[in-house]
Amino acid sequence: MVAHALFCLPEEACGLLAADEQGRLRMAYCLSNAERSPSSYALDPQEHFHALRHAEACGWHLAGVFHSHPFGPVHPSPNDVARALEPDWLYVVASLADRDAPVVRGYWIRDGKVQEEPLVVAVRDGGEVPG
Amino acid sequence: MSVQVRIPTVLRPQVGGQAVLVAEGATVGEVLGFIEASHPGFGAVVLEANGTLKRFLNVFLNDEDVRYRQGLDTPVPEDSTLVILPAVAGGSFPATMQTA
Repeated sequence: MVAHALFCLPEEACGLLAADEQGRLRMAYCLSNAERSPSSYALDPQEHFHALRHAEACGWHLAGVFHSHPFGPVHPSPNDVARALEPDWLYVVASLADRDAPVVRGYWIRDGKVQEEPLVVAVRDGGEVPG
Repeated sequence: MSVQVRIPTVLRPQVGGQAVLVAEGATVGEVLGFIEASHPGFGAVVLEANGTLKRFLNVFLNDEDVRYRQGLDTPVPEDSTLVILPAVAGGSFPATMQTA
């Protein structure tokens, strides 16, 4: 996610997250920002659909979305909160305000309320991903 | 034509909480009209007043975005799958870009 966010500078980067039945995040789909903007994002609809299909083919489900704030703080913006339509998705924000120390945080956004979910990076054996 | 329709979370309150519906219709527009007939109010959520698809929704018929076909007039083959996906968007707006 951070690599994608850095690659997309100065525009916001975005993508989707897929989880398995146990709720473990298994894939970050790095998608195109249809708005090509440094201050907003919209997932490319076709890529969104392809990610959905791929995740389901792997036995996963879409479980979240990530995007970057190239110049802003890591907390979800009012725009993020207003446009968060999936109460069961984890909303991950990567702040690149400090290029040398990106900050990544996860949030639940439900009914306009933001609650942080601590993220834990787990290294697992076998990184093979079905094609 | 019978078609399976996948309903996104944000629209499920309009269809009694169902994630998947079976509907009928010869075109995408007719399928949406079929759902409106059994779930009044659904149409107002997915369609603009002028009858076009709302901008924040994307509809895929058998893996193709109907906006790149014939929109709501796209023919629906038998046993099709219609997937309604809300646009996923947000961002740091208003911009806080630094000039350094």
